[in-house]
Amino acid sequence: MSKPIEHDYIGLSEQQLPSMEKSSDKKDGLHLKDTELRLGLPGSESPEREDHDQNVLSLKSFVSGAKRGFSDALDGGGNWVFSGGSGGGTEGLFSPRRGGKNNGGKDLSGSDSGSVLKDGAAQKPSVVQEKKPQVAATSSHGNGNIAPASKAQVVGWPPIRSFRKNTLAAHPPKNDDGDGNAEAKLGSGCLYVKVSMDGAPYLRKVDLKIYGSYKDLSSALEKMFSCFTIGQCGSHGVSSGDGLTESRLIDLLHGSEYVLTYEDKDGDWMLVGDVPWEMFTDSCKRLRIMKSTEAIGLVTRQCLLPNK
Amino acid sequence: MQKEMAYSFPDEVLKHVFSFIQSDKDRNAVSLVCKSWYEIERWCRRKVFIGNCYAVSPRMVIRRFPEVRSIELKGKPHFADFNLVPDGWGGYVLQWIAEMAGAYPWLGEIRLKRMVVTDESLELIAKSFKNFKVLVLFSCEGFSTDGLAAIAASCKNLRELDLRESEVDDLSGHWLAQFPETCTSLVSLNISCLGSDEVSFSALERLVDRCPNLRSLQLNRAVTLDKIANILRRAPQLVDFGTGNYAAELQPDVFSNLAGAFSSCKELKSLSGFWDVVPAYLPALYSICPRLTSLNLSYATIQSPDLIKLVSHCPRLQRLLVLDYVEDSGLEELASSCKDLQELRVFPSDPFGVEPNVSLTEQGLVAVSLGCPKLQSVLYFCRRMSNAALVTIAQNCPNLTRFRLCIIEPKTPDYLTLDPLDAGFGAIVEHCKDLRRLSLSGLLTDHVFEYIGTYGKKLEMLSVAFAGDSDLGLHHVLSGCESLRKLEIRDCPFGDKALLANAAKLETMRSLWMSSCAVSFGACKLLGQKMPKLNVEVIDETEPPDSRPESYPVDKLYIYRSVAGPRFDMPPFVWSMDEAVKILH
Repeated sequence: MSKPIEHDYIGLSEQQLPSMEKSSDKKDGLHLKDTELRLGLPGSESPEREDHDQNVLSLKSFVSGAKRGFSDALDGGGNWVFSGGSGGGTEGLFSPRRGGKNNGGKDLSGSDSGSVLKDGAAQKPSVVQEKKPQVAATSSHGNGNIAPASKAQVVGWPPIRSFRKNTLAAHPPKNDDGDGNAEAKLGSGCLYVKVSMDGAPYLRKVDLKIYGSYKDLSSALEKMFSCFTIGQCGSHGVSSGDGLTESRLIDLLHGSEYVLTYEDKDGDWMLVGDVPWEMFTDSCKRLRIMKSTEAIGLVTRQCLLPNK
Repeated sequence: MQKEMAYSFPDEVLKHVFSFIQSDKDRNAVSLVCKSWYEIERWCRRKVFIGNCYAVSPRMVIRRFPEVRSIELKGKPHFADFNLVPDGWGGYVLQWIAEMAGAYPWLGEIRLKRMVVTDESLELIAKSFKNFKVLVLFSCEGFSTDGLAAIAASCKNLRELDLRESEVDDLSGHWLAQFPETCTSLVSLNISCLGSDEVSFSALERLVDRCPNLRSLQLNRAVTLDKIANILRRAPQLVDFGTGNYAAELQPDVFSNLAGAFSSCKELKSLSGFWDVVPAYLPALYSICPRLTSLNLSYATIQSPDLIKLVSHCPRLQRLLVLDYVEDSGLEELASSCKDLQELRVFPSDPFGVEPNVSLTEQGLVAVSLGCPKLQSVLYFCRRMSNAALVTIAQNCPNLTRFRLCIIEPKTPDYLTLDPLDAGFGAIVEHCKDLRRLSLSGLLTDHVFEYIGTYGKKLEMLSVAFAGDSDLGLHHVLSGCESLRKLEIRDCPFGDKALLANAAKLETMRSLWMSSCAVSFGACKLLGQKMPKLNVEVIDETEPPDSRPESYPVDKLYIYRSVAGPRFDMPPFVWSMDEAVKILH
């Protein structure tokens, strides 16, 4: 197959590209200034890396402002009720906090400065998520990066299929210590459960093992599902009829409440938060965010009590 | 018009000749010869493979190929396997089924990979295609046993039902009983992904009983060891068998029953399953081991000594999937016993542990490369590697076509020299001239991409993570790898420059995935504007990319060529850069 012709879209022609011999003269840490490709967008200067830094730095405050807009909407509605329980704290499950999704700047891959920039030289891509408690979930779908053991987990790394991970997690490998220690030694396995929300067009999946408490789980779910409450579903031409309609949005804004429930090993639906966290992760098979009006029949002494 | 030989053949003759041409590539070539060949070929194409379900629309396929009997579709990007693609992204098959239901009444085979298949889709398949024979759902999701019941009940001549690695909502095990008594046509049944504790075993037994052509059967974990003998005795003609649970208290009569059942299967060549293995039951397999060519022990949590014993009984083994419990010592035994080995996959037993839990290092792989000259395909998870080992492997195995190495800790350098592993992977691409698939790991600079661009001329798929220093790395790959079809990158400092400079290359590839890199939103928009034959999709779950400055990098980017234009089933967190699709603020 012949080499495709590279179009000169942005004033960049082949001659400007540094030759391979030149680059091989460099040491392993390539000095970017020498080999830097100039972008030359039509009508504008190519952004220098330093400017890039500036853009992003000033971006953070800009973004906060923008995000306040988002969380305002969230403040207006979304009174989520969460039935106490260990680690539940005084916050409701989906209660808006100091700016909902505000992480003080968007997290690209979860680390606090993102993989955009570190300094003017070679970018170091973020590898491992920092163990910042307020970063309860990354931009990935709710696979938060709380490190339960001594090692923080990177989303999707090592690259092992969920099928395999779930299989190994469900039955920890045998070792010489016998069954009692096997579970502990497996450390951070993972346990994907499905999360559905009444009215949302599709399910999500979360790995329960990466959360350390109900609070972590609740903030992660809040991030995952808040987009449904803000009515973003309608704004992108999604043709599925399951998106939230305007009347539902109004319901939320006027304080209709949601509760988080789960199906346990016996097939019963319970309110989340009644049992200690470890017991919950052991017995939870799937999660459902249901309208509190539907949850009336659930068996629990704490039914619909706000917070504690 | 000149009466040349080719043009004087009647259409029927050409059609007959074309019927011997099965490969898609050849068929595509045939269709380009001239208009009349194009016409003839399109009317007699029976099999269509669509590597990206969004590259073309069902209507377009139907318009061009009106007589299709077999279709294969792939949906989500490969990185969806590792949870990098959020749920709801897409890959729905329903519309395809709906359109094909009208256009292809004789459709007999549907093979899907990484697609969302609902019960509604399955029910539609069941009632639309009278001659339905083959359903393969590889790594799919969205359906339940209700959908399977519809398939079982309606498809009178079903030959193949393969659900490998799919996620099925297990509502009831009784769907198996929906296969009518008249159904005797099953050749292949793979239900290994089902979790249901109540796969109706008696229904399964009866089904196996009445299907004399059953060649391939993969049970699910819920089926216990004591039941295996019953099944095998009913199907001694099996070629490929997946056990369920392989654990039970050791009882002599159960053991001998099992051993006897296995030995009666004279055609058995391939085994899998082996969840929860009790090593004492492994010797029950010894009678068939000499014939085994494929062994999947990748769920078997048994230790090296037991693995060694088993493997040493299998001299004909061509394919081995195993956990890293096999350790270097087990791989050394493999290297000396199994000279026909072509494919080896070693999976990690404790991928998230900080310290190694087993003694599996680069030495195991080196030993196999030395002892198994036919080695072609490698997937290897380990915790340390050296350039020297990689060079040795490359020199020992010049016939490698697939090499995927995953050093568990990102950016791990050569453990002997602390250098990057550029030279090692460089040796792989240099020596293995037929390499089609490569996955990189460890500490890597732009140099490795230089090597790949220079030598990887047959490379079709490249997976990159936590590697490289600059756009130069990406540029080397995009400009050098002539055969590249799929490129997937995560957490690398690749930005706009290389991407924009090689924009045309993207039209020659199936797809490009980049996540946690440094491609700006502005560049994505530019690509979307300038390249109408590419669908440029930005994935961001936290907020719309246009709520930030254009220089801000996007979270995830998926670019694929398409003749169907932008899709309209995108969820809220996927933005198309196509100008025709309005983005609301």
